Order: sequence, then C-alpha cells, then structure tokens
Amino acid sequence: MRFALEKRPAPSRLMLGLTPLFAVIATMLAGGVMFWALGANPVEAIRTIFLDPLFDPTFGAYSRPQLLVKAAPLILIAIGLSLGFKAGIWNIGAEGQYIIGAVVGAAVGLAFYPTESRLIFPAMVIAGALGGWAWAMIPAILKTRLGTNEILVSLMLVYVAENILASVASGVLKNPEGRGFPGSRNFARDYPAASNLELLPGTGMHWGVVAAFIAVIAAYVLMTRHKMGFSIRLTGEAPRAARFAGVNPTRLVVFSLGMAGALAGMAGLFEVTGPAGQISIDFGSGYGFTAIIVAFLGRLHPVGILLAGLLMALTYIGGELAQLMLGMPAAAIQLFQGMLLFFLLAMDVFANYRIRIKTREAA
Amino acid sequence: MTDALLTLEGLTKAYPGVVANDDVSFQIKPGEVHALLGENGAGKSTLVKTIYGLVKPDAGRMLLNGTPFAPANPRAARAAGVAMVFQHFSLFDALSVAENVALGMDDPPGQRQLGARIREVSEAYGLPLDPDRTVGDLSAGERQRVEIVRCLLQNPKLLIMDEPTSVLTPQEVQILFTTLRKLAAEGTSILYISHKLEEIRNLCEDATVLRLGRVVATCDPREKTARDLAEMMVGSVLHQPEREGGESGEVLLEVTGLSLPAPSDFGTPLREIGFTLRAGEVLGIGGVAGNGQDELLAALSGERPAPPGMISLRGRDVGRLRPTARRALGLLAAPEERLGHAAAPEMSLTENALLTGDVRERLSTRGFIHWGKARDFATRVIERFDVRTPGAETAAGALSGGNLQKFVIGREILQKPDVFVVNQPTWGVDASAAAAIRQALLDLAETGAGVVVISQDLDELMDIADHFTALNEGRLAPIRPARGLTIEEVGLMMGGAHDMDVADENAIAEVQA
Repeated sequence: MRFALEKRPAPSRLMLGLTPLFAVIATMLAGGVMFWALGANPVEAIRTIFLDPLFDPTFGAYSRPQLLVKAAPLILIAIGLSLGFKAGIWNIGAEGQYIIGAVVGAAVGLAFYPTESRLIFPAMVIAGALGGWAWAMIPAILKTRLGTNEILVSLMLVYVAENILASVASGVLKNPEGRGFPGSRNFARDYPAASNLELLPGTGMHWGVVAAFIAVIAAYVLMTRHKMGFSIRLTGEAPRAARFAGVNPTRLVVFSLGMAGALAGMAGLFEVTGPAGQISIDFGSGYGFTAIIVAFLGRLHPVGILLAGLLMALTYIGGELAQLMLGMPAAAIQLFQGMLLFFLLAMDVFANYRIRIKTREAA
Repeated sequence: MTDALLTLEGLTKAYPGVVANDDVSFQIKPGEVHALLGENGAGKSTLVKTIYGLVKPDAGRMLLNGTPFAPANPRAARAAGVAMVFQHFSLFDALSVAENVALGMDDPPGQRQLGARIREVSEAYGLPLDPDRTVGDLSAGERQRVEIVRCLLQNPKLLIMDEPTSVLTPQEVQILFTTLRKLAAEGTSILYISHKLEEIRNLCEDATVLRLGRVVATCDPREKTARDLAEMMVGSVLHQPEREGGESGEVLLEVTGLSLPAPSDFGTPLREIGFTLRAGEVLGIGGVAGNGQDELLAALSGERPAPPGMISLRGRDVGRLRPTARRALGLLAAPEERLGHAAAPEMSLTENALLTGDVRERLSTRGFIHWGKARDFATRVIERFDVRTPGAETAAGALSGGNLQKFVIGREILQKPDVFVVNQPTWGVDASAAAAIRQALLDLAETGAGVVVISQDLDELMDIADHFTALNEGRLAPIRPARGLTIEEVGLMMGGAHDMDVADENAIAEVQA
C-alpha cells in the first residue's frame, strides 16, 4: 500500500480561505502536545499565549498596546514581501533590509544630534527606507544582470547586515557618553526630535503603526486597481502570458524587491527610534523572518496580512508571557511560530491535492 | 453478430452538467480502419478513454471478441490487446528510444533484447527507428514512431490513434498510412480519431460520427464528400470562408535576415528568416510543429527582442521594441498556447482583455486601470465573436478550447491591428468555430491589415492564404503564391519526409512472406 497525492481539479475557494484557520487550530493542538512534553499544562499554555495578552487583568493593560507595537513591523515588512511573493520573486532577506534601514536612518538622526527640528524624523524615515531599498537592490541587480538566485543572495546579505550592525553599534554609532558600552544614543529617551513615541497614550500606536495601515491600503489599491499590481499577479499566475502581455521582468524584480526593502527599512527605523530605542548589537529580532510567515498566513492579501500580523504579534506577546509565567524556553515559542507556517503549507497541500491510497493491483 | 472485434452497446457517461456519451453503440470489425469523427466536446475522448480503461461508463457494456470487456485500468486494457497512441506524446527527451519504450511497457525485456525487437518491429512496419538515439533529437514524426512502436510491441488487436497526423508533413502522413494499412491487412483493427476529413476519406472504411455525445451517423467515408462529413459533425450547413481577392497594397511588415539562437536546449534557432507582408495580404506559414513556429511568433510579438535592422513595421525598425510598444504601433500577435501564454487561465476574461488590450483600447491612465472599460471591451469581444460563456467575469480556464480561442483572436482583431500574427489559429477548435475564426482573419485582411497565419493545418492555409511558405528547422522556404501549389510541393517546402529512412521494401516483403 502506498500513498499518492492527486491534484484536485478545482480546489474550493472556501477551503483555501479556511486553511489559515485550520493551520492555527492544528498549531494549537501540536503546540499543546509540545508544551505538555515540556511539563506544562497544555490548555493553560495555549490560553497564556492566545488569551491572556488581551484579557488578563494584570498583564492586559501592558500587553494590549504591545499588540500594535509588535504587529506594525510584521505587517509593514509582510506587505512588501507579498508583492514579490505574488510574482514568484522570493526575497528572504527582509531581516537584513530591516537592519540596514534602521542603521542608515539612525545614522542620519545621530548626525544631527542634538539639533531639534521637525524635519529630522521625516528625514530619518526617508533615509531608513532608502537604506532598506539599497540593500534589496543588491539581490535585485545581481538577479537581473547576472541571473543569480535572489533567495540565496538576499538571505546571505542578512548575515552581512548583522555584522555591519554589530560593527556600527560598537563603532561609529556608539554613544560617546555611553561609558564604553556598545550601542548608540537612545532616541526614545535622549533625542525627542528623532523619537517615535506613542501617538495616543496606552494604545501602542506609533508612526510605524500608521505606516503599516497606509501600506495595507496602498497595497490593496496597487493590487486591484493598478497596472503594476496586475503585472505582479499575471507574472505569478502565468509567467509566459506576462511576457506576452509585455511585462518587463527586470522592472518587476526591481520594483518588488525595492518596495519590500524600503518597507522593511522603514519598519527598522520606526523600531529603532521607538520600541527598541537605540542601535544595539541584538537589534535584529527576527521580524524580517517572521514576516514571511505573516505574508503566507495572510494569503499574500493585504487585509489577510493585517490579520495575520496581529495574530503573529499575539503569539510573540503570549510567548513572552508563557516564558515569564510558565517558564517555557524561548526556543519553544519560536518552534510554535514555525509550526504555524508548517501547518499552513501542509493544509494548502490538502486543499490543492487529495490523498489516494493505492493498493498494488494484480496485473 | 459475433464477427466484430469490439462491440459497444449503449455506453453512457455523464459528468456534472454534461452528458459526454449518450447511448453510444457501434462495432469495430477485425482488420478495419474505423474513423471516429466529431467536433471538440462531442465525446470522442471520453469514449476512447472508456475503451482504454481510463473512464468507467455509467451504463452500457463493451464486448471484445464476444466476451464482456470492462477494463479497470489501461494496464488491463493493454493486457486484453487494446493499445493507444495519444495526441500528446508522453516521452522523455533526455532518454533514449529504447528506454522510453521500456518505460511504457508493463514488463519490459532487457535493454539489448528490447533494442533488437524495436529494430525488428519498426522495420517490419516501415517505421525504422534507432533504439539508441536520444528522443530529444528526434523529429515529431520520429517521436510518433516511438509511440507507435511501443504499442506494436504488445501485439495489439485494436490500436487507437488520437489525431496522429497533426504533427506530420504530407510525406510523413503517407508513410504512416502505409503502416496503418499494412497493420489492418494483418488483422489489427484501428480506431482512428481525426478531424481531418480528407485523411479519413483516404484511410478509413467505416466511420462513426458523434455529436453532443450521441452517434448521429455511421457511414462509409469513401462514399461521402468532406463537406458531407463536416456537416454531419456540425449538424448544420458549414460556412465556407470566402473573400474577394483584393489587390495587395503597401508593405507593412518587413523581416530581413532574422536570426535568433534557440531559447532553450529543445528550442529551435531562427535562421535568416525574411519576408514582406503587404496591406491586405494573408501570408500562410506552414510547417511541422517544433520547427521554429513559437520562436518566430515570440520574435514578431516582441517577447524576444531582435537585433536592430531585422524587423521593420512601415519602415520603422521595431526589433528592439517590447510587446506593448509594438502593439501601440499596430503589430499584434496571438500565440498558439491559449492557456498560460495567450491568456492567464485563472484570471477572468475581463482581466485577460486587459492583458493585451491596455494600450490600444486605453484601458488605463497613468497605470490606474479602468475596470469598467476593460469589462466593456471583454463583453464586446464575447458578443462579436460569439464566445459562449456566462460572462466576462468567468475565468479563462473555464472556457472550452474553441471558445477561448475565439476570445483570444477576437481580442486582437477588435483592436484593429495593422499587422496581425497568429500561430495555429484553429488548433483543437471545432469546425464551426474554426470557420468563424478563418472568416474573421479574412475580413481583417479585407480592411487593409496584413495577416501572418502560422499553422500546421495545410487545408486551412490553402483556404485563406494568398502566399505560402513553410518553416523547416528554423528556416523559411521561398515564398510562393498559394494558388496552384500542389500538396507535393507544399510537402517539400515543409522539409519532405525529414530524411526519415523509408522502409526497405525487401524487409516488408520478407515479413509478409
């Protein structure tokens, strides 16, 4: 007896829409087993991750605003990634673009320290976006000029970016008044003109959240109303038809990698000037990689990404809570997030294929 | 009657929304070449799949040599002596002939023994094949031989052939027919599916005509005219393309010395292609598939840019221009492959209308799409070209081949091209849709446009082309006026029998003895 996958002639739209939900449920079940194996009460662990951040009377007030703080960079990066993913251009290096955006933006801000001007923060945002864009242009140009694989190049550049970060955090961007500790001046605390603070107290709403919402709306308009969005979808669904239609593949690669890089760079800048506060060696927190999960969990659709970003932010906060309350190791939480992508992809396979059990027939 | 090899009794098979076969009954006698005729969607494939064990009928039964025959799968059908040559070859380019044959057999003998058998059988039937050659290097005709020899090695009693001549030159067709007649003479029955009526009149002794899943006629095709047969298939009087031979006008498209390397390992390079196309002219380019048709279309549509000085439209060099820029200047194209090339299968007809209609129909401003206008354009195409579909929001992939082809051709024609290049305009399209498409192409030429029709269907080219040439291994034969060309001349322009070894008469005689 053996199993065979057989393509469904027409996968139902309902199934495809529901797979993220099934994936979340499957993750809860498998995650529960994992937490149980780690010696925790699985029901309590799941509740700590998914419900306590929102409804716990003690932690809720702290963790509810965190939801937007964590979701904003994820959504911003995932929106950018989804453009390329839809066209079959695989930018895996958003983490690097995020780091470089933060470094470049921060450098611009620090260059003006301690000048106070309303223009400084916008200038930093633009610099951050340009930094991320430039970092993404490396795989884009190598791909269009030399035909290299953007997956490998963008991924490897993450490690380059991390080394640049470590170097500048203890080098050129180091706080001269920091008593020799690595890390830049703290924007949130020491430099009001360059800080990205809460816009409405108690909500977690900062400029990054605003940018994320704008990105969602802009991406929706781009994908449904604009030729560029049409070209992206066409290239993803039927590459030959796209070439026939006259889509310029080079422009598409440059656009989608560039947009992803710029948005990731902006996300990095909003993070370094707000929640993180400063350039430090451990600034890269994996948002760039988690955003890949967010993009797929959201079905590469702007609204889906918005919801998926919030859900993923919830697992981040809930995960921290689980570490704190239940003593779960940090790796268990990462595993839990990884499971979500794994189950989503597995559910997708079942939505598109059915399993047939084949018995060896007598000849 | 017990003298029939295969008897079908009341076979019925329904799919959701459509009855593919409705009470189909007929008989195939031993040693006869039996034609199965019908438009696309008439139920030919379903019927053949039933015989070959790929489809289980809802009702009815089959008798093979008088005993009930209900193959559960193709392997059972093969064991019972039914073999099939599919329209699309299932061969691996990178493997040798013998390896490919072995892959299709239920229990293949050793390679050396198999090689000897392939040589023996292929020569006996006038289809010489070298078992050690790599399939990727073979011509379409030779690939088909591999498929046929694979079937013959199993000593079939019934050989099913699905549209076997669509990839052959006239000379190659003659070789194939000789083989089939010989097989029939030895007692093998052949079920021959085709829409090429002249071939059927030439080859078959009996014909069953299907329409909308039912048997509408059985006849001896030799006693009918091609027109009679076509009308039986369609069920109405067929519209013949007609045109008034117009004077050709100014030169619109001029191609000189167009050479491009092959786009991939198994593609064909274009070699020194040159022709001029005048206003009002229809240039027919024949040739067997895989001789550079796709590459020529890509070079003309702008998918693959050409070096400067090779393609000029109204005296302007357009070789470096991309498809959108060429469209803006009036050079439009429709590729052969409907799904995935001319149209995106999962996108709606509206989106597919936008795919090529954007520039000339002004469906967007500054990149922002006017979906309303795109929908109107799609609707106009649907109405003018009689595309049967629930509406413009239907996915292109949900349309039947003929309807999608009408949409694809109509989409370009309604944009009023100056030059229209089309590859295989009626491939896999039913007779009435094909007639409508041919008429539309002629009407377009009538309005002063130049039309290049690349096609494997020689009858079609002879019907509509003013000038004829053929592609052979990426080269274009000298252009000749279409009127007065004999089929032999056309065949030679297409490359004759591609230097395939013709069977050694002695070997045939030896086997027959």
